[in-house]
Amino acid sequence: METPSPDLAADRAADVAPVLTVRGISKSFVGNLVLRDASLELRPGQVLGLVGENGAGKSTLMKILAGVHQADEGTVEIGGETVSFSHPVQAQQAGLSTVFQEFNLLPERSIAENIWLGREPRRRGFVDTGAMVRDTDELLTGLGITGLRATRRVRSLSVAEQQVVEIAKAVSFDARIIQMDEPTAALADHEVELLYTIIRRLTARGVAIIYVSHRLKEVFDLCDTITVLKDGVQVATTPAAELDEAGLVRLMVGRSMSAFFPDPLEGTTPGDVRLELRGAGNGYVDGVDLAVRGGEIVGLAGLQGSGRTELLEAVFGVTPLTRGELAIDGAVVAVRTPKQAIRRGLALVTEDRKTTGLALHQSILDNSLAVVRAVFPSRTGEARAGVPASLSTLAVSARSLSQEAQFLSGGNQQKVVLARWLAARPGVVLMDEPTRGIDVGAKHAIYEVMRSLAAEGVAVLMVSSELPEVIGMADRIVVMRDGRVAGELPAGSSEEDVLTMATGASTGTQVAS
Amino acid sequence: MRGRLGAVTSTTIVYAVLLLAVVVGAILTAAHGRNFFSVGNVDNILTTTSILGFIAIGQTLVILGGSLDLSVPFVVSLASVVGGGIMAGDPGNIVPAVAVALLIGAAVGLANGLIVTLLHVHGFIATLGTGLVISGYLASNYKGSHGSAPRDFRLLDATRIGPVPISTLIMIGCAVAAILMLRRTRLGHHLYAVGGNAEVARLSGLRTPVPVVAAHVICSSLAAVAGLLLLARLSVGNPTIGSQGGYDLMSIAAVVLGGTLLAGGKGNIAGTLAGVAIFAVIDNVMGVMQINPFLRDVVRGVVIVVAVAVYARREIDARPPRFGRQLVLDAEPEEVR
Repeated sequence: METPSPDLAADRAADVAPVLTVRGISKSFVGNLVLRDASLELRPGQVLGLVGENGAGKSTLMKILAGVHQADEGTVEIGGETVSFSHPVQAQQAGLSTVFQEFNLLPERSIAENIWLGREPRRRGFVDTGAMVRDTDELLTGLGITGLRATRRVRSLSVAEQQVVEIAKAVSFDARIIQMDEPTAALADHEVELLYTIIRRLTARGVAIIYVSHRLKEVFDLCDTITVLKDGVQVATTPAAELDEAGLVRLMVGRSMSAFFPDPLEGTTPGDVRLELRGAGNGYVDGVDLAVRGGEIVGLAGLQGSGRTELLEAVFGVTPLTRGELAIDGAVVAVRTPKQAIRRGLALVTEDRKTTGLALHQSILDNSLAVVRAVFPSRTGEARAGVPASLSTLAVSARSLSQEAQFLSGGNQQKVVLARWLAARPGVVLMDEPTRGIDVGAKHAIYEVMRSLAAEGVAVLMVSSELPEVIGMADRIVVMRDGRVAGELPAGSSEEDVLTMATGASTGTQVAS
Repeated sequence: MRGRLGAVTSTTIVYAVLLLAVVVGAILTAAHGRNFFSVGNVDNILTTTSILGFIAIGQTLVILGGSLDLSVPFVVSLASVVGGGIMAGDPGNIVPAVAVALLIGAAVGLANGLIVTLLHVHGFIATLGTGLVISGYLASNYKGSHGSAPRDFRLLDATRIGPVPISTLIMIGCAVAAILMLRRTRLGHHLYAVGGNAEVARLSGLRTPVPVVAAHVICSSLAAVAGLLLLARLSVGNPTIGSQGGYDLMSIAAVVLGGTLLAGGKGNIAGTLAGVAIFAVIDNVMGVMQINPFLRDVVRGVVIVVAVAVYARREIDARPPRFGRQLVLDAEPEEVR
């Protein structure tokens, strides 16, 4: 995993005029100052890491640069010319493209049709589909991508492939600056390598990148300069070489790294086996033997597509097991539907809170009670009384219980998802990427919930693509590969150990292209 | 590959069902001692197809754009009485009558499109409203049939080229134009985009109202064409001919049967034509078999529901399996000098 030569980057930075200069940008929404006096400078071929907790102002800054929002104060210069955008297309035409976290692709259209949407090449008044495909192939080849045919429908693409299409679309505007918002949020580690390769190709061409990520390792791998925002204020802009992860986390939250993953609470001891699989399998997983004790947090690691989510879904009755045995609290049970699973004391925090975790248009209260109402209606009154306490334990920040879930930040939404499951008082909690795309503070709160569940004797099985999280939280790490359990690692294993097992490689470096 | 295969298969299924309907229909017709492929019977099917065909082509465009048009039957009626009234049996009035009828259709479509896009009223409600307005106008101004079509105009319905009615040929011409529009013009591409996800379309710099308004204008104009065709067939205008035909729901049903997503953004004209033809064949066979009209509706209803259920199932299957999936990307690091 080589970083681009720092000397080269430094040379470039020294001779070349900045392609983007941001001076004193401020922005407030309905009287709330969300960004104050932000200033950036970006030279061709540079990668600028933009980090900070959710609500720190990163998204606002990105959206101002992208033309989605307009700044109240300050100026933006691209290539020395002052610009001001009222629509994203104007930014794109000026050479600044943005890859948003939520994909802006049409699933039913082809890759080519998506990339050239609104700019379809024409010949004699008609769309020249041949040229559109050729241009797309050229674009993808330029990024070093082979194996993606321009006529494929976006629906059929994996998340990583869709991400590549988004980037190709951004590049297709002859972008001199590309902003990427959490581009790896949905990618597995080996796919992240692919993104790195693409970014390096772009910077070698002189494209400047603004890289927003919660994954600090990536920020250090990729970025020449790191800008830290906190509560709307730019607290630091520093060459990446002068920072380390611990220092960066301190800048972001004023909390040191050792406290980041909380230790197990006092008196947490592994109890009886609460969840056990013996030779379990269905169409997606096979021959899984696994036991989780009460009081234990077991990490389920593996590459995207290795069957981690599928295993949780099998246990939870989404795609029921067809082979082997599932035992809950020692009793062999047949779980054919999620409802049966919930009755047996299981909970599943799904990986996508917006589509399968929450009813976005319903209130926090209704969301918190959804599971209890559906499965244990007789307990609704009791659960209702417990909601305020539960939400305040989770430190959900919201105006009121009747606020709709869609207006909460990602971290608060995830806490509401947890509140909903905790209301059902589960004995086994399955978590799928429980901290994906949420800020450091909310992550910490969720880790603490996991620790306190363990202390109460709950068995926790957590899927995560973030290796530090698996290593920092799990008592044991079960690694999956190709739908089977590849092996188990004790607490304190290194990221390399996990990756080696996950890829089946003899060394940990095989994931690079 | 998967995407392309999926797109082909969707329409292929509809045509397979159409073929099945023809085969079963031929057998059932033969069992009643008649010939399904007789000139008279084929003619009957094709004429049924052409009227619903015009409307369903327009409905496809509107649905692809994420809207819906419930006002079509009233536009059909309006075009038939206005056209009939202006013609008043005089061949010299054919051109102005057709022009006025088409203009009225386009105007209704423009109103629908503007209500949907500028006032942000969903097409279902917007066109329910305009439909009611036209229906009220028709009921208060026209009692019974109105005007009359001169013989020259009636030839539009009566002329055949071989066994094929000229009206069917015009309808197929419109279909080809619509297919060309969808596949090879920006308007068509943008219609898919707006119907698929209006926000994505907007962020891509499209003026999102344009394709939707255009689709509504085309749809209502085609409904007016259908009204004129009915005028030619019946030789008088009729203020309730459209609602009698149930063209609003039948056209939507044909579009959905043809594989177009009711939510918009996915589908095609070829599928819709097959959907229309399937209904025509089923109706024809049930007519030959003298099945009671209520039972016919039961059969139509079952066909629609089963078709959509099959598509829904396919939609689920079309999800790429996660497990065992190979990453097809292969980024090669650039040469470092």
